[in-house]
Amino acid sequence: MSDTLTMVERGVRLSARNVEALLTAVFLPIMLMLLFVYLFGGAINTGTAYVTYVVPGVLLLCAGFGAAMTAVSVSQDMTTGIVDRFRSMDIPAASILAGHVVASVARNLISTALVFAVAFGIGFRPSAGPVQWLGAVGVLLLFIVAISWLSAAVGLLARSPEAAGGFTFFVSFLPYPSSAFVPIDTMPGWLRGFATNQPVTSVIETMRSLLLDLPLGASPWRAVGWCVGIIAASVAVAGVLFRLRTR
Amino acid sequence: MPDNQAIEAVGLAKSYGATKVLDGVDLAVPPGTVFSLLGPNGAGKTTTVRILATLTRLDGGRARVAGYDVVGQRREVRRRISLTGQHTAVDEPQTGEENLRMIGRLAGLSRTAARRRARELVDEFELGDVAGRRVATYSGGLRRRLDLAASLVGRPEVIFLDEPTTGLDPRSRLAAWQMIAGLAGSGVTVLLTTQYLEEADRLADRIAVLDGGRVVAAGSPAELKAQVGDQRLDLEFADVDAFEAAARRLAARVIRRDETRRCLGVATDGSAAQVRGLLDEVDPDRGRLTRFAMSAPTLDDVFLALTGHPTGAGEDNAMKEAVGV
Repeated sequence: MSDTLTMVERGVRLSARNVEALLTAVFLPIMLMLLFVYLFGGAINTGTAYVTYVVPGVLLLCAGFGAAMTAVSVSQDMTTGIVDRFRSMDIPAASILAGHVVASVARNLISTALVFAVAFGIGFRPSAGPVQWLGAVGVLLLFIVAISWLSAAVGLLARSPEAAGGFTFFVSFLPYPSSAFVPIDTMPGWLRGFATNQPVTSVIETMRSLLLDLPLGASPWRAVGWCVGIIAASVAVAGVLFRLRTR
Repeated sequence: MPDNQAIEAVGLAKSYGATKVLDGVDLAVPPGTVFSLLGPNGAGKTTTVRILATLTRLDGGRARVAGYDVVGQRREVRRRISLTGQHTAVDEPQTGEENLRMIGRLAGLSRTAARRRARELVDEFELGDVAGRRVATYSGGLRRRLDLAASLVGRPEVIFLDEPTTGLDPRSRLAAWQMIAGLAGSGVTVLLTTQYLEEADRLADRIAVLDGGRVVAAGSPAELKAQVGDQRLDLEFADVDAFEAAARRLAARVIRRDETRRCLGVATDGSAAQVRGLLDEVDPDRGRLTRFAMSAPTLDDVFLALTGHPTGAGEDNAMKEAVGV
């Protein structure tokens, strides 16, 4: 446990010192939010103020960027000598990875707060009560943890930090074919099946329903199912990959 | 401890696919001594170290480090060793002192104890001026110094250093040698790998020469050098006939043979009497020997003398040139 705390401290410090990546992860989603709200938003009819519709999507986009940095950090650990030092000191793989995952969650909470602040400034008016707010943030947190563990596993799989960085690109694309920015029923038929069933949509629908006080339906269960599934699979795969990479 | 060796390996074997990397390596290192694994790239040095440091699983044989089995008692071993690999194992975005404190915490020290230990090592390794700077700004020599300091944080009994001076400039190498010699004086056991005969000679109490995954020779530096001589005398001849005649006369004493330059290398103790005698012996008429030169024997000479074949590592020499040796 004390090892994990030390590794968390390390992860947070490494993140805080990577200023460029931190600024990109925070400001890119804000830029995209402004872009969507002021440029595309007028042409998209969602039944509510577009900014209110789009905020959950921007938060997930943000989470994707922030978490994908984890893949790069993990890959850097594996390609420099530091992992051998940790292993020869009997530090468990779970502690090494957990340090990066917790740092990722911390990064994302900061950028989430900033996105909310800017969103309120430009007219985001949710109609959620305290319990619904808690639920929405909880689901977002779960998604961030899931995607951070997935990134950690990808970081172990990648042969170089650059390759791991490519994952950022992929993850940041996932919110587009979902209900994040446009309603799914405006998409072509062949895309609707994917958009409706992919994990991002269930998380976004849950957050949106909670924040806008709409009927929840089955999305919360699907969102939690997806996230827990991704966490379980990623932790298991990461364990196996770590053993394979360090044989 | 069942016996008093700090490191004991019997018949270590390791293959990657069809490639045999280690083919029965035996080692015995008494506590408090410096032991050097000497060999060219690909000889199996790093694999041996990784097995002994519990990072790589062995396919055959057995090994004990600090009295514990590297497979069955891995945790016990890990508590008593430290490993400094070929790549620097410190975080670049952290400062030198932060790195040392982190390693201290991971070694089980309390926050205060880790801070105190970090300060001690900063002083000991003369890192005071740079301890508050991020490692990313350090030179190669400074990084190595921090790396060595980091490997001492947990007061290990056995320290593994994998090519600790490869890639360093001559001055940093000299500084690293002084530090390693200092470690040895403090009672810990050091196992270091190197491609440089000079390094093994300077630091090690005993040397094992590794070639193709086997120990081809072992002994003190003096014993090994006795097989190749203290100095190598290179003799260059005016024509092929003289070269061949001298080669026949010297026979087994030739440790290096270069036909294109008509040059023969002979082991000597470096004394004037022996050199004069050799010169007279190969060129009694004083006319067919054009040049001679004395040099310290290299790893290649040791290999040629011990195995009958050169290291065959062209990159080895390129690397020596790159680091200015």
